[in-house]
Amino acid sequence: MAQAASETRPKGWWRSNQQTITPWLFLFPGMVFFGLYVIWPIFQSIWISFYDWDGLRAPDGSTNATWIGLGNYAELWGDRAFVTSLWNNLWWLVLYLLAVPGGLAIAIFLNQTVRGIRLYKSLFFFPFVLSQVVVGLMFAWFYAPNFGLFYNLIEWVTGDGVAVLANPKLATFGIIAAGLWPQVAYCMILYLTGLNNVAPDQVEAARLDGAKGWRMLWFVILPQLRPATFIAVVVTVIGALRSFDLVSIMTSGGPFGSTRVLSYYMYEQALSEYGYRMGYGASIAVVLFMIMMVFISGFIFKMIRDERGLG
Amino acid sequence: MHLKTSATIALTVALLAGTSALAQQRTLVFNHYMVQPAPMEAINAAIAAFEAEYPDIDVVENTFDPEGYKTSIRNFLSADPPDVFQWMAGNRMAPFVNAGQVMDISDVWAENGLTEQLASGMASMSIDGAQYGIPYSYYQWGIYYNRDAYAAVGATVPTTWDEFLANCALFLAADIDCLTTGTSALWPAAGIFDYLNLRTNGYEFHSELTAGLIPWTDDRVRATFAEWAKIVPQYVTENHAALDWQDAAALLVQGKAANYVMGNFAVSVFLDGGMTTDNLGFMAFPTINPDVVRAEEAPTDAVFVAAGATNVADAKLFMAFMARPDIQTQMNITLGQLPVNAMATVGDDPYIQAGFELLSTTTGGIAQFFDRDADAEMAKLGMEGFQEFMVLPENLDDILTRLEEARQRIYAQ
Repeated sequence: MAQAASETRPKGWWRSNQQTITPWLFLFPGMVFFGLYVIWPIFQSIWISFYDWDGLRAPDGSTNATWIGLGNYAELWGDRAFVTSLWNNLWWLVLYLLAVPGGLAIAIFLNQTVRGIRLYKSLFFFPFVLSQVVVGLMFAWFYAPNFGLFYNLIEWVTGDGVAVLANPKLATFGIIAAGLWPQVAYCMILYLTGLNNVAPDQVEAARLDGAKGWRMLWFVILPQLRPATFIAVVVTVIGALRSFDLVSIMTSGGPFGSTRVLSYYMYEQALSEYGYRMGYGASIAVVLFMIMMVFISGFIFKMIRDERGLG
Repeated sequence: MHLKTSATIALTVALLAGTSALAQQRTLVFNHYMVQPAPMEAINAAIAAFEAEYPDIDVVENTFDPEGYKTSIRNFLSADPPDVFQWMAGNRMAPFVNAGQVMDISDVWAENGLTEQLASGMASMSIDGAQYGIPYSYYQWGIYYNRDAYAAVGATVPTTWDEFLANCALFLAADIDCLTTGTSALWPAAGIFDYLNLRTNGYEFHSELTAGLIPWTDDRVRATFAEWAKIVPQYVTENHAALDWQDAAALLVQGKAANYVMGNFAVSVFLDGGMTTDNLGFMAFPTINPDVVRAEEAPTDAVFVAAGATNVADAKLFMAFMARPDIQTQMNITLGQLPVNAMATVGDDPYIQAGFELLSTTTGGIAQFFDRDADAEMAKLGMEGFQEFMVLPENLDDILTRLEEARQRIYAQ
């Protein structure tokens, strides 16, 4: 009787649409949280950037925010600290990408079956596990005048120590060097995994054709590491634009603002001890967002192309 | 399953009885950052005394570390206001007062005769004629010096700027930094600027400058920087821009530096580092212009009532309590600072006594420190400018033009 009933009863709405709806149901909670905690604040920040507001709210909920339209952006245009921050972000972007070839070099070096190689791999990976704050603190002590190792080393070699973090021209590079230490470790792991997946038959075939050393690397190995390279570049670029911890811990944007980056400047203006300009900080955040969107769009476009089978 | 009527009534009565019993002990929420040993001891004693006097009130403290507090305060005053909170006077309280987050307690001042007793702190606690908090402690700034370093080069304690500069030459010859400081946090440089400006141009000029009424390109400001140029960069610790003030204190303790323009809170750091009351000296900043009336710097700490407080009556009781001479005496002896109440007595410590001497004979006025006298944004830009001047004195024109542009934008409102 039951069989006859299921043959003649029409399929329910759920049954017939289950295949299309289920993926969306699984995505739904994630989308809700993403929308609430990422998408909505983006629009809220853009909205706040059109106001002149000190970020404070009276107990009854009122604020003394005034609408100034594009006033914050006009001011940003002529703000010297903003220009310095842009330049520093550019330096971060360019120099931080050194982590990618650096990681590749170490990965190739470690990709050998020597006794204890796993221990060495762990030690090389260790910097990435440390909190950025700890890395910043350690490097600040490393560079510190009078007692820092780096300072004493330079003093021993040249007779006169160089306090990297006190010098407006060198400080940014000192911080970027500190940031490269964990980032190289991260790229190294990506490449180690990639190297494990390199097809041995292609390598053999290339060797038979007489390829070795640099040519082997460039023409045979690297093309197979393309996915790893892509991820390494994406993470490194995003990391460079987001850098905040190191700048905050090592120099607080100093000396006199020469190591400022956009993310730190935004924090200084909106949320810090002397920063009561939420609208202005929001406008800096919007500019940073626009810059990142350029890169993120590029990455997503490439990923979609790859997914669709053109890569 | 339904509760029988009698059981329901019994439950309700029990709950009501329970809540009314709890209601007899009123809570007072107090947010502060007195977590270092001496301040913690001082505030615990004060709160214990308060609870002893008012057994119905239970003070609930929320403690923060000082740096974290400076960002947390913006959150908790809007989102979850306590009844009472600690903060600084002058322009540091202005953003919160102007946003309506601090309660006007002029009535507490009037009822308890505080306008006379707390007269020295009244100006820094008032905005537009209303008082907003109770100042309970302040501490002097001045020059702390290493007597051993002075003896080593045969220098005498200077009273004028020219004598100070002459000593600096002696120190340079002996490879000792004449003046040490650690400007990585920016504010130590502001202390030096404040004193140079107070001594060159006087208190009136200094408060007008910090209030944004005088252009930074004014000749009198340039005169201050001209005096400053006499010691930077050769007589000041190299690479101070990478040093914390505690690192620079280590230099003074070790005798590698002779003088340090600092506040009295640094004394415990110097003494813990190995100095004794014999070799740690304190002097007022030397005179630059004998016609200028002497003014000093003495930042004030205070407690405030939040505008969103739930227990306003008890908060005001606490305010009146913190203003009392006996409480201020006790707190400040432990803190190693000076009470604001004119009727309080000062502790025995030689540096406190020296500070009390200094401040009670100051006729020119008492400044609050650059970052409390000036608007927050102006203060930040000013301090960066001071640090830049100390590292690159040749950038003075650029620095002053920048500060002037900022002043016009910030104070135009």
